[in-house]
Amino acid sequence: MSVRVLLPAHLRNLAGVGGEVVLQVEGLVTVRAVLDALEARYPMLLGTLRDHVTKQRRPFVRFFACEEDFSMESPDVVLPEAVASGKEPFLVVGAIAGGRHRSSSQGAS
Amino acid sequence: MNSVRVLVGTHKGAFVLSSDGKRQKWDVSGPHFGGWELYHVKGSPADPNRLYASQSTGWFGQLIQRSNDGGQTWEPVGNQFTYDGVPGTHQWYDGTPHPWEFKRVWHLEPSATDPDVVYAGVEDAALFRTDDGGKTWGELSGLRKHGSGSKWAPGAGGMCLHTIIVDPSDPKRIFIAISAAGAFRTVDGGVTWQAINQGLRSEHIPDPDAEVGHCVHRIAMHPARPDVLFMQKHWDVMRSDNAGDTWHEVSGNLPTDFGFVIDVHAHEPETIYVVPIKSDHLHYPPDGQLRVYRSKSGGNEWEALTKGLPQKDCYVNVLRNAMAVDKLDSCGVYFGTTGGQVYGSSDAGDTWAPIVENLPSVLSVEVQTLA
Repeated sequence: MSVRVLLPAHLRNLAGVGGEVVLQVEGLVTVRAVLDALEARYPMLLGTLRDHVTKQRRPFVRFFACEEDFSMESPDVVLPEAVASGKEPFLVVGAIAGGRHRSSSQGAS
Repeated sequence: MNSVRVLVGTHKGAFVLSSDGKRQKWDVSGPHFGGWELYHVKGSPADPNRLYASQSTGWFGQLIQRSNDGGQTWEPVGNQFTYDGVPGTHQWYDGTPHPWEFKRVWHLEPSATDPDVVYAGVEDAALFRTDDGGKTWGELSGLRKHGSGSKWAPGAGGMCLHTIIVDPSDPKRIFIAISAAGAFRTVDGGVTWQAINQGLRSEHIPDPDAEVGHCVHRIAMHPARPDVLFMQKHWDVMRSDNAGDTWHEVSGNLPTDFGFVIDVHAHEPETIYVVPIKSDHLHYPPDGQLRVYRSKSGGNEWEALTKGLPQKDCYVNVLRNAMAVDKLDSCGVYFGTTGGQVYGSSDAGDTWAPIVENLPSVLSVEVQTLA
């Protein structure tokens, strides 16, 4: 299956891609399968979307597709046919809030 | 002619400032990794073109970048920092046990002799090492498993290992500092560790003289005198003449002994620099005046260095990794502010001038002296 993935700007820059990424995903098209294929092709993204070891989604990363939020779903839930067919993209989104508070501890003593 | 390269980490990217030995005209390169927090960028003494950078955000976590050409191009290397075994708990702000959780890399310390060997100090506090240029990282867990680990607590900035000093005369002897646990020393390359906090006194902890729990902000050493250490603690500027076995206060006539940075002149081991900050709740200089203080006597007697620095309406901070010195004959001193200025002095602090004035908030400053 050819799955289209749209990454946030920071990760597009990190992976060195300008726009959507098209991935070949074998078998059932699940969140896990899409992320496995994404990390295999762009290993610099390892650890940026989910934990290296536990594979848990990072707290401020969200997964959307077909106007649905798959962030809280099991990573083994099958994504809509429109994603599997490439008609609709799988969206990786940086949460709109939260990063500054969690990340900027240098100024404190 | 020699030249210098100043490596600046900021809240929104890294910048490389380059100049010849006169240090009057500067080229500014960056932002590298725009939009990411660059907690630290440091070059290898063994190969000055090899640079390492700690890149992170709250959204996408930690990355390590490596350059083999002095910062012109970069490549991401390994970013897996997994604690050895079950990491256990440390104290939380309210005194309850809290599990160790990796958050970010605060400090990267490349080996003096091997460009592929780097130490990384992380939050929650632990020390990692790579022997393959950053591809893989392993924890030196003897530090975290020091018997006091369960008593360590975060400072307001998190429980970070922010200072790593490798003794140039004995690379197996390493000094590290953690906010808010204190200073530690190993003499066997990181297998076993000893807390070296005797003489520190911190009124904001239950036992002011405790073995651990002190909020050390920064330690500095002159490479020719590895037994002499200088420390900017949360409050108090301290000195040790026996490699940390005991400390004594050298705050002397400073207007305030709170601060973050401390560093040592490249050629004068008794000349040290601090930037006094008014208090731990204000985090800006006293009287709106940005002043570096220099002691030529290893502490106690301090002089204010003000020429070229703003002496009115200045309310920036200078964070713990944001001061460095070069090794040119006339020692250069550099520091960055939370207001985005990087100041340099090519005459050991007598006079200052801004190198850049409008960067994002500066987190770290390092200097390379190039042949």
